[in-house]
Amino acid sequence: MNNSFFSDFGLFLTKRSADIAESAAEHLVVVLVSLLIATVVGVGIGVLVWNRPIARSLSIAGAGVGLTIPSMALLALLIPVLGLGWVPTIAGLAFYALLPIIRNTVVGLSEVPPAVSESAQGMGMGPVRTLFRVQLPMAWPVVLTGVRVSAQLSMGIAAIAAYVGGPGLGEMIFKGLSSLGSKNALNYALVGTVGVILLALLLDAAFVLIRRLTTSRGLRV
Amino acid sequence: MSETNSRPAAGARIVLRDVTKTYPGQAGPAVDSFSMDIAPGELIMFVGPSGCGKTTTMKMINRIIEPTSGSITIDGEDVLSLDPNELRRRIGYVIQQIGLFPHMTIAENISVVPKLLSWDKKRTRDRVEELLAVVELDPKTYAARYPRQLSGGQQQRVGVARALAADPPVMLMDEPFGATDPITREKLQTEFLRLQEKLSKTIVFVTHDFDEAVRLGDRIAVLSERSQIEQFDTPANILANPANDYVSQFVGHGAALKRLGLIPVNQATLGPAVPVRGAIEVGINDSLRNALDLLVLSGGTPVAVVDAHGRVVGSIDIERISAVLGAEIVPSALTGARP
Ligand SMILES: Nc1ncnc2c1ncn2[C@@H]1O[C@H](COP(=O)(O)OP(=O)(O)OP(=O)(O)O)[C@@H](O)[C@H]1O
Ligand SMILES: [Mg+2]
Repeated sequence: MNNSFFSDFGLFLTKRSADIAESAAEHLVVVLVSLLIATVVGVGIGVLVWNRPIARSLSIAGAGVGLTIPSMALLALLIPVLGLGWVPTIAGLAFYALLPIIRNTVVGLSEVPPAVSESAQGMGMGPVRTLFRVQLPMAWPVVLTGVRVSAQLSMGIAAIAAYVGGPGLGEMIFKGLSSLGSKNALNYALVGTVGVILLALLLDAAFVLIRRLTTSRGLRV
Repeated sequence: MSETNSRPAAGARIVLRDVTKTYPGQAGPAVDSFSMDIAPGELIMFVGPSGCGKTTTMKMINRIIEPTSGSITIDGEDVLSLDPNELRRRIGYVIQQIGLFPHMTIAENISVVPKLLSWDKKRTRDRVEELLAVVELDPKTYAARYPRQLSGGQQQRVGVARALAADPPVMLMDEPFGATDPITREKLQTEFLRLQEKLSKTIVFVTHDFDEAVRLGDRIAVLSERSQIEQFDTPANILANPANDYVSQFVGHGAALKRLGLIPVNQATLGPAVPVRGAIEVGINDSLRNALDLLVLSGGTPVAVVDAHGRVVGSIDIERISAVLGAEIVPSALTGARP
């Protein structure tokens, strides 16, 4: 029984390798695109609110509440507005990825010592220059940690996006679950699930590398 | 400015007129109608107790804090009419917490203002090397380091170098040597004095420490609550004639000793150049305070005074030192001490 399962699974892998690779690639792309959008928007919101107590509390609380909406429900809600496929998937994923990024941007910027910002101001840097040359670079390791958390979160939620016809490994999982008892049902579910886990580990390793490459040596402890 | 030679721009004249700052939501002003005339190249010390408004007063000069009313001019230009960023690039600024950028190397930290002023790479690099040498940090060792790899005292030097980078005519320094131990502090003060002799910038220097003010300042402003000027004069005059009880209290004990620290031996009328027992001698350019110190060691026998070549040119004793200070109190104190 065991033997036949593994030979079956092996056969499945070789026969469907192209499909599997495509799904995995789509999964990764959809996660990366939403992450990119969430990073730009989240850092933007973080920059706007970190120094305004009310706006900061509102945006962090709001994003926190947002995170408790079941992903299935949110994606379903997006269908009438955005239809099916890539668009609602990316929108939904970006939404969930926002909270850790906003929160970490706010924390990172708040941790910049006031003396450092003041000396930037005192040298004639102006607020925008100070933000891009001093505050954001100093907050960067913390911001990046937020993006990394969001990446893990998105990997899992992206699998559920198959529900709105989204691309990625979720399709395989759903296919497997909906045809339980049929010949390849278990294989599909297994490949989808393990694939998501492997992708998540891979992306996490990539973040370790990105962190090393993009953090000033002066900030490494 | 019409400058013909390549010497660094000498300082600018700073004039504050009735400058007042009331922080939002505060009942009274933190700085109340502050007026002061600072000559080009002068080193002015603000001393006063914590919370009296020293920092607030200073920060209005580069508009980190905007005055509520009053006017501030630098070389006749109203600072409020200038673009604040342009203004600040012409004013060196050293804060107590140093505020180096931790993600930039020492060289990058010092290059900040030159870069803002679009200096070319070579000029900036040369300037960084020059400044590191000025503050006695070997460029080869330190230029590529990060602030966290430096000691507190070294960071403070970098802070000063960074403020000097674009050779600004005006420097604002808020307790720049505050975070160092007494020995490092004295060393930094000595280096700073040597530097200022060459640069003669207009400097406003905030400190808690009256002795530091005496040591460094051309003039000292003793401030009380709401940045009221209790006395604004040279260190020697403040020590000799404190304007009121507040200032006396600030001067603290040992005013006479502090005064002697400011006066070189050559100001005294020296006694005959008698051969003196032992090897106790004091240089003619040393302070009278040093001479007194040696007199204590010699047991009161006059100490030989030697010139730069080590030749004995005279001698000095307690009476001659007292005479320099005006000697109103000292003789009676001496007689009083005798049985
Ligand atoms: N941002 C601010 N908002 C409200 N009040 C302030 C602010 N900054 C300073 N103050 C108040 O203004 C007064 C003067 O403060 P300032 O920092 O100028 O004092 P200081 O003489 O520099 O003191 P220290 O020697 O402790 O640095 C203090 O009473 C302080 O509480
Ligand atoms: Mg202060």
